[in-house]
Amino acid sequence: MADPATVPLTGWGRTAPTPATVVPVRGPEDAGTALAARTQRGLVARGLARSYNDAAQNAGGLVLDMTAADRVLDVDLAGAEIEVEAGISLDRLMNLFVPMGLFVPVTPGTRYVTVGGAIAADIHGKNHHVAGTFSQHVAWLDLLTADGQVRRIGPDRDPDLFWATAGGMGLTGVILRVRLRMTPIETSRLLVDTDRTPDLDSLMTLLTETDHLYDYSVAWIDCVATGARMGRSVLTRGRFARRDELTEKQRADPLRYSGAVRLSTPGVFPSGLLNQATVAAFNEVWYRKSPRHKRDQLQTIGAFFHPLDGVGNWNRVYGPRGFVQYQFVVPHGGEDAMRRALIRISSSGHASFLAVLKRFGEGNPGMLSFPVSGWTLALDIPVVEGLAGLLDELDELVVGAGGRVYLAKDPRVRPDLFGQMYPRLESFRDVRRRVDPEGVFTSDLARRLSL
Amino acid sequence: MIDALGSIGSLLLVGGTSDIAVATARRYLAERPLRVVVAARDTPRRAAVADELRGAGGQVEVVDFDADDPASPAGAVAAATANGDIDVAVVAFGQLGDAARLRTDSVAAAHLAQVNFVAAVAVGTELAGRMRTQGHGVIVALSSVAGERVRKTNYVYGSTKAGMDAFYSGLGDSLAGSGVSVLVVRPGFVRSKMTEGMPDAPLATTPEVVAEAIVAGVRARRHTIWVPGALRWVMTGLRHTPRAIFRRLSF
Repeated sequence: MADPATVPLTGWGRTAPTPATVVPVRGPEDAGTALAARTQRGLVARGLARSYNDAAQNAGGLVLDMTAADRVLDVDLAGAEIEVEAGISLDRLMNLFVPMGLFVPVTPGTRYVTVGGAIAADIHGKNHHVAGTFSQHVAWLDLLTADGQVRRIGPDRDPDLFWATAGGMGLTGVILRVRLRMTPIETSRLLVDTDRTPDLDSLMTLLTETDHLYDYSVAWIDCVATGARMGRSVLTRGRFARRDELTEKQRADPLRYSGAVRLSTPGVFPSGLLNQATVAAFNEVWYRKSPRHKRDQLQTIGAFFHPLDGVGNWNRVYGPRGFVQYQFVVPHGGEDAMRRALIRISSSGHASFLAVLKRFGEGNPGMLSFPVSGWTLALDIPVVEGLAGLLDELDELVVGAGGRVYLAKDPRVRPDLFGQMYPRLESFRDVRRRVDPEGVFTSDLARRLSL
Repeated sequence: MIDALGSIGSLLLVGGTSDIAVATARRYLAERPLRVVVAARDTPRRAAVADELRGAGGQVEVVDFDADDPASPAGAVAAATANGDIDVAVVAFGQLGDAARLRTDSVAAAHLAQVNFVAAVAVGTELAGRMRTQGHGVIVALSSVAGERVRKTNYVYGSTKAGMDAFYSGLGDSLAGSGVSVLVVRPGFVRSKMTEGMPDAPLATTPEVVAEAIVAGVRARRHTIWVPGALRWVMTGLRHTPRAIFRRLSF
């Protein structure tokens, strides 16, 4: 175990920093040593810290930096399965395996997340409506639990512990190794269709009628537009291209892949640079420049899945006070709540960059897993005066429609409302009491919400 | 934990029956439910405050605290943190005393210093120790403009607040980097049970206004606030007023 250091930590939103002792972990032994060295304040694993909130912080305690535990342990190309250490990033997996014709089963809007983090947050991507969440592609995982044992669990081995760990935000133990089912691809290009829709209703109708025809689908909504243009959006949907669909030049190297950061934002960005006027102008330009209706456009993995990864540290543009990403889902039947939430947001004057709307498929047994069949909306809001009240209001709307907010993003939900959003919270607590009766694994998030 | 937007989950009131402490709890409870620990002497007033805050949605615990008892601060802070972290602790106990009597009664003067300064130092030391361990938290210290430049009409009270203010300001600096911070609150004349029967001073305020300023100050991670805010500039002037003139001012 290398020397630990006490440093202030935040999530990607750069809010609510707290100091913790960061312990570099290079393998299972280091994790076991850290577990034994814990204090009353406990410990939690941290990956690439792309959770927007305090999920990977542990004030006064230990935080295990898992990013050095990033080895590939086994590859079964024919069976499309890989075995990796949990600290490996999706970026690295893509660099290694796209050229071999394997893609990660699920990717969020950034590839800079670890496999362990992807399971702990039970992340979803543009293919949720056909593929479900990341954890649904895990054959098994090795979990270091509070008693110092390493347990191999999966959907068919101790399913309760597995489905508490999938979406469990690191509170059941440390994920060490994972066997993951990958997606075979013929090429590294996507065949993309783009549609502009003038308002929210036409977007939802289009998605309801034709989303099943695409593997990947997401809509970018203009959250500043009001009135008749409220909810105007650009919908992009696609699937991986077959080899015969590439241009002749591309066919020479059909699995060519490059995932490099092109730009980085300066370290210091003034507060208030993103205001109602600049964001409205940006959204206007972005909407106007998008094609009204375009078919079969070839795009790279980076351009289609991770446009923001082209800009390093983009989270700094929100200035030193940081920002909140608010993401909620309402089940089908909650369309009216979605509409009212969007009206409330667009009329609030709290500038938001493009918001993202997606139609989710079925949920999974994960006790704290976020997705349920319905509609999800995600948007960034810089921290400003009065935001707490606005978001509390939106929560009431969401809960009223049977919806919920996302634990990997939310840094401020009322604990009592959180319980109403996740009816299986008690089952999660039961599992935790079984495998970690003293609450050794804990985090700022766990304390804030009394998980 | 204090969340990303400054909302809190637990509140400790040391001197929990003070009007400002109760107003602060009410103000936080108006936003969302939270755990409130009321540390005070076991009196009917404490029971009434606990009931009131429960009615306002608080999950209320009571803890014994007596500023006259040197052993009390350690016990009270330990009891208050036994059931979980404290996000914000308001140090709100204190007495005004009878200025005329304090001029001649050394026992009364020393007692006021014990309550307003010595006990406050002990409480601050205990809170800081506990919060350092938990790695987060805000200590709100109710000081007074009376301590910023001590006046001849209430110099005993003023001097206890000057000491208390200096202690908490220094404590705050010593906690930099620990995740813990201190908010020193300097109200002017507050119409409350402590000042009952006294005529209003200029820029007089209410416990509710002070509570509002505390909540906003914690949210904005401030270190020192004056209530009302205009007092900051008044006190800046008074601090630099030559002594020969200051002595002749009528307040």
